[in-house]
Order: sequence, then structure tokens, then C-alpha cells
Amino acid sequence: MNIFQKMMQIDRRWVYLAIGLAVIIPSIKSFDVPVTVSPEVKRIYDFVDSLQAGDYVFICVDYDPSSMAELNPMAVAIVNQAFVKDLKAIFVTLSQFGPGLVEQITSQLAANHNKINGVDYAFLGYRPYPAITILAMGVDFSVPFPQDYYGTPLDSLPVMNGIKNFDDVKGVIEITSGNTADFWLIYGNGRYGFPLAIGITGVMSANYYQYLSSGQLFGIIPGVKGAAEYEELVGFPGEGKAQMAYQVIAHSVIIIFIIISNVAYFATRKRKAGLEGGNQ
Amino acid sequence: MKREIPILIVGITGFAMLIQYFIPTDWSEFIFTYSQDWVIVIGIIAMPLGIWSLVKANVNKLKVPGERFYSAVLLGGFLIMVLTCLKEESRMAGSFHMDLFNYVLVPIQATIFSLLAFFIASAAYRAFRARSILATILLLTAFLIMARFIPLGPISIINLKIDAWILQVPNMAANRAIMMGIGLGATATAMKIILGIERTYMGHD
Amino acid sequence: MNYFNRVLFALMLLLMIGGGVLAQDTGLTAVAAPDTLGPPAPQPPTNITVTDREDDGGHGLVIRWELSEDDGQGLNNVNMYDILRSSALDGEYMSRGIVPSGTNEFIDEDDQELTGSDPNLNFMPTGSTWYYKLAAISVENVRSVESEVVAGTTESNLFHWGKLPILFGVLIFGGFLLAFISQAKKGRELYVRPLSGINAVDDAIGRATEMGKPILFILGLGTAGDIATIAGFTILARVARRTAEYQTKVLVPVQDPVVLAVAQETVRTAYLEAGRPDQYNPDNVFYVTALQFPYVAAVNGIMLREKPATNFYCGKFYAESLILAETGNIAGSIQISGTDEIGQLPFFVAATDYTLIGEELYAASAYLSREPVQLGTLKAQDYTKAVAMVIVIIGAVLITLGLPFLLNLITVSL
Repeated sequence: MNIFQKMMQIDRRWVYLAIGLAVIIPSIKSFDVPVTVSPEVKRIYDFVDSLQAGDYVFICVDYDPSSMAELNPMAVAIVNQAFVKDLKAIFVTLSQFGPGLVEQITSQLAANHNKINGVDYAFLGYRPYPAITILAMGVDFSVPFPQDYYGTPLDSLPVMNGIKNFDDVKGVIEITSGNTADFWLIYGNGRYGFPLAIGITGVMSANYYQYLSSGQLFGIIPGVKGAAEYEELVGFPGEGKAQMAYQVIAHSVIIIFIIISNVAYFATRKRKAGLEGGNQ
Repeated sequence: MKREIPILIVGITGFAMLIQYFIPTDWSEFIFTYSQDWVIVIGIIAMPLGIWSLVKANVNKLKVPGERFYSAVLLGGFLIMVLTCLKEESRMAGSFHMDLFNYVLVPIQATIFSLLAFFIASAAYRAFRARSILATILLLTAFLIMARFIPLGPISIINLKIDAWILQVPNMAANRAIMMGIGLGATATAMKIILGIERTYMGHD
Repeated sequence: MNYFNRVLFALMLLLMIGGGVLAQDTGLTAVAAPDTLGPPAPQPPTNITVTDREDDGGHGLVIRWELSEDDGQGLNNVNMYDILRSSALDGEYMSRGIVPSGTNEFIDEDDQELTGSDPNLNFMPTGSTWYYKLAAISVENVRSVESEVVAGTTESNLFHWGKLPILFGVLIFGGFLLAFISQAKKGRELYVRPLSGINAVDDAIGRATEMGKPILFILGLGTAGDIATIAGFTILARVARRTAEYQTKVLVPVQDPVVLAVAQETVRTAYLEAGRPDQYNPDNVFYVTALQFPYVAAVNGIMLREKPATNFYCGKFYAESLILAETGNIAGSIQISGTDEIGQLPFFVAATDYTLIGEELYAASAYLSREPVQLGTLKAQDYTKAVAMVIVIIGAVLITLGLPFLLNLITVSL
């Protein structure tokens, strides 16, 4: 068996070892990766940047701990930008694992920016059945959420004074690893027409670019790369940018393996054709 | 009759929900919401079935030498999570139950998810070979999309533009075509069930 | 009268006539005296109409008006419009919403009877009458005088006309369905293109029988109401019947209790129809867990221990699809997959031997049974798809030529 045939049948454990090293090496010796910002991410940044102090932005956190690594950086970057601009942020989650994640993000970032729960932002809590909840919020936030997550009646929260439903917020940003983005598209943007942007895992992004083309979404933050781009824009480098080193090396390793596999494939194909030609 | 009655129920409720979709009145909305609530109730009623199946199957496997260990771990974990959750305060942060959730279950879930990184590499190594013209196009497209993660200086800007075009034009066209097919297929399957043509989901004696 | 008195009389006459002209009633409820020290108030909107909102259950009204004379013209100082509503003509008027300048329509709706457990005071029941008046607000926050009051009554609609294109689609498809089923029942041969994934099912089951290894059938993470899961049941029924005939074990780990009940019934019936009811083991169709990755871990463990000869993935899959498929590859199984989750199809195409893409999964039942009525529904699907393709092509050409009437015809408003 020559080297090309061996390459064709390489034990998958060598591939796993290479990927393992690819993700271990940056953790020992990290490096900065220059990030080029894509237009669909910039649109979300520009939208938030265009808002005035006191404007309301609605952020829905719908991912679970398994997607935290990919989606938490973008959530943190968006909330950082909102707090720096003194926007009023309303948080909601339609995922059963969401409350813990929202609490973690808001408590940490509110402390950094001296923001007070109930005055500068509100966390309304978790409700199941995304379609029903979104439709109800379109009428009045207090219908599905008469109290916030901490049990305070909504009408006693200063931040909720003067706002009733989606007509009073400038836009909605949904961060999800599941199919709740579809519910926001159909029942949110489709029914109430508010500006909607999403932050999603990289593997989901191919499904949602079509909504960008149709205008149903005004922006997408796709995966860790999108999170790194957003951090680049807001000027708060975080986990997103830190993970880019891993992304670069892992993708490079995969590309190298694909090249090796194709070189071996063509080499063994030519060799077979050569032998056949000889037999003929 | 044992077979006819369920088919009749499916047919009548199926047509009723189809007609309900076009009627916007309050009583129509009520029928829709009420039926959705019943779906949830049925799901909750079925939960003990699932738990019984899980426990019974694994108790039986305790007798099988090769399966014994894994079934014992499953049943042990199940019992620990149930017993630690009995008190009201066990669902608060800092309780033993929540610590088990946050420091055992969540990291294990993340670990399984992270297997994707390794499996993507091995699947790509095996599958992304230019065996035909279509496979070559797939290969080149994959290269272009993956290259967006690699900083290539000014080439990155051109690559981003190409990627945006790939994602917003051919990818969008393929997505929409598959979605239209899925929409029609789902409608056909639903019609087959409502009309009683498709009955394999029902059992019989 | 002397000359001076005549001039005085003429002046007084002029004053009286001029004052009368200036004091004419213009139909406004009040005239706001211009504040010569502050910014001027804009003119209010006019010609207000209030009509029932179409295609709803009688809980909404549409308020339309002509823009203020100072909106985009005149003083050009209108910033927004305030829509005020009362339940009585002389009752208290409350603001229902603010819309920006340039807008001439507002939809007032509320179909929630309760706010939490308290009655919703803004609820608009069917057949209720509401009174509206509008005011324009300038950029300096000066309000115009309020417009005249206009009333409107909510009405419930029996048919949602916005969904008419959907009804036409259903009727077209239903028509094709009945036509082809009728043709199939008359014995006409209906051609359907071959699917390699379906053709491989029998060989895959045969492989498992020869090797003496079980078959693993995974219905995915959907509920029993998902069409993909239902399609999975139909394939499971065929596979279970074959495995009963060949006396091969089939393992079905499930993620939902309702799916468990249906899967058990499906497999039990398949064994009954194959004449081997005694060989059915309910422990082979078992519940694992409701969580995604623990389910994957459990199934992976089964694959690596049992080393099934054939894996079927038929249903709804998410991020776990590649993990399952690659582990199946490690275990050396032949893998046939099918899902309607578009994002997961590339993983299945790369990692499994045969993939049923989207609607091919739904069609599997017809392919496996070859029943004429089932094949008739496939043809109906294909012809409806052809009609859709023609509409898309014609519509795209017309839009390019600036003729949107076909688009307007098929647009659905929910």
C-alpha cells in the first residue's frame, strides 16, 4: 500500500488528534486574529448605535448552556453597547434554560455600567409556547408577564412606564440556538412588523440569510465569528474574539485535511487508471 | 369499529381545524387555543409512560452482564436527581440539585456538543472529495465559506462579498425550493392522515 | 350728516363686516388663539374615517385620516399624531397611540379580556362602538386643536379574506389529489422517479439479518405532531414488518413519551401483521430522555455496544445529527437518513450512505407500500409543485416588467 492509499484510509483518530491539538494550542499560546466585519453584523451595530438615550430595545435570550460558548459573547456585546448608550433594555426568554443565562448576563453587566434593575432594564422572565407568548406581548407585555422574573408587578417598574407592547420598542434582537427565531419571524415581525435581528449559531446561519434578502430580518450575527465582529465594533473584546484563534486553527486544519484527502484521491485514481491502461 | 372510530375522530378534527384556520371569530380562536391546551395535557399525561418505560427497560438490563454497568449508572443518576429535587428550596441556586445540574449535567451536555468539532473534521475528510462535478462544486463552495474564518488581509473582504452572495442567492434559492417541497409534502401527508389513507401510526389487534 | 360723520360711518361699517368675516365658524370645536410669543400650533388632521378591521374576530377598528395641512407643507412642523378614544361621545378621551408624521392610518385593537386576572379596560368586544378624535403635535410639542369626533363599531368577520390564496392552493391540491386517487383506483400505472434511499431499505434490512445484528431506528427529536415524525412512523411500520418476517431485532430509542406510545403500537402491529406477535418485545421500543444531548449520548452508547448493522434516521434532527451519523460510521453501520430540517441535511448527506431530502421522507411511505392511492397522492404533489413553479416563473417575469398584479393576487395577509 503506497502513501496515497494510506492517506485515503487514514485512521480517524489521527484526525481527532489533529483537531484536539488545534484547540489546545491556542489555549496555551493565544494570539489576536484580525476580524473583518460583515455587512449583516454591522447593520445590527448601526441600528443600536443610532438609538438615543432612553430608547427601548427588546432582547430575547433563547439559548441553552450547550450553545453558551457561541452565543453568550454576542449577547454580552449587545448588552454592553445598549448600556453604554443608556438605552432601556427589556429582556425575555422563551427557553427553559434561559433565566439563569439572562440573570448571569444582566447582573454582571449592570454592575459594570451602574444600571439598576427595574429602572434601566427589566427581565420579564420565561414563558413556554413561543407563538402564544409573542402574540400576547404584541398586545401588552403584561399579558404573558404580569410580573417580572423577580415577582415585581410590571406596572410598578419605572422602566416599564409608558411602554405597553412592541410598538413602543425600537427593535427586537433575538439570540437563539433553536427554532424560536422562526416564531419571531412569523408571529413577531410577520404580525407586528417591528424591526427584527437575530444572533444564531454558525450552523443555523445558512437557513436564515434568505430572510435577510426578503427584508424580514435587518441583521444576522452568525456564530462565534459574528460575535467577534460585534465585539470588534463595540470595542469590548470578549470571548468571541478570544475564540477566533481556535476557529482559525481548527478551520485551517480541516482545510488541510480536505486537501490531503483530495490529493490522495486523485493520486490513487490516476494510479488505477494507469494500471488499467497498462492491463489493456 | 375499533379501527373506524379513531379514523373518524382524525378525519372530523382534521377538517374542523382546516376550516377553523379560515374563520377569525372568537369561537374559532377558542377552539384553536383549547385544542393546543389539550396537546399539552396529553403530553404531560404521557410523561409517566416514558419514565416507566425507561426504568423498566434498564431494570431488565441489570440482569445482562454487558449492559449492567450503564443501566446501573442511569438508574442511579435518575434516582439522585429525583430525590434531591423533592424539596421546594432544591430548585434555588446553590442547592445540591442545582449544583448537580450546573456542574455535572451542563458540562456533560457541552462535552457531547463539542464532539461535533471532531466529527465535522472526520466527516469532511471522508466526504469532501471531488468525485464528480457536483462534488467539486460542493468542495469549492465549502472552501470559500470556511475561508471567511481565516484572516487573509484584503482577500478577506472579497471573500466576504462572495460568501454573502453564495448565502443570499444560490443558498437562498435551494432553501426555498426545499421548503416548498417540504410544505407540499407536509400538506400531502396531513391530507392522507385526515382522509384516512395513511393509517400506519394507528395500531390494531 | 357732514363729511366726517360719513367717513366714520363707513369705517364702522367696514369694521363690522370685516369682523363678521373673520369670526366665521370654520367647524372647529375651539379656536386656539395663536400665541404670538411661542411656537405655532399645527392644523389638525381632517376627514377622519373609522371602519371595522377586516378579517378579524371583531376586536379592531381602522382609523384613517387626511394629513394635517402642516404635515410636509404649510408650516411643516407636524411631528406626530395622537389618536384619542372614548367609549362614549362625551366621555373621557384617552390616547390609544402615537404615530409619526406622514402616517395616515392607525389600527386600534385589543382582544384580551383580562390583564392577568383583572378585566382589561381597553378590551374591544365584538359589536362595541368607540369614538375617536385626533390631534397633531408639532416638533415643539405644541398640540393642535382636536379634530371632529368620529365613531366606529367593531364587527366579527366570518371568513378571513386575506387567507383566500391559501384556500385556493388547498383546493387546487385537493383537486389533483382526488383526480389522481381516482385514476390510481382505476388501475392506471403511475410513474414515480426512483429514490436510492428507498431502494436501499430492503438491502439494509437483509444485511442486518445476514450479520445477525440489530437494526437501530431513530425517530429524531420531534413530537408526535410533527409531520417528519409521522413520516418516520410510516417507515418504521414497514421496517418493523420486514424485521418481524426475518426475525431481526429492531431497537427504537425515543425522546418523547407520546412518540413512545405511538412507536410501540406501530411496531406491535407490524409484528402482528407479519404473523409473529409473540416475538414483539416492548423493551426494544423504549424511552430515553427528553433532553437533546443526553439522548444523543445514550444512542451513541447503544451504537457502540450493540454495533447495529443498519441505522435509520427518520424524523426531526437538530445539532445532534452529525454526532449520531459519525458514531454510526464508527460502528460500521449502513445508514439511511431522512429529515425535513434543511440545516441538518448537509450533515446527513456527508455522513450517511443514503439521504431522503425533505419531501422524499414524506414520500417514503408511498414508495415502500407501492399502494396506488399513496402513489396518487405523490403525483398530486408533483403536479401542484409544477403549478407553483409556473406561478413563480410568470410572477418573476411580471415583477421584473413592473407588473405586480400576480404578486398581489397570491399575497397572503395573516
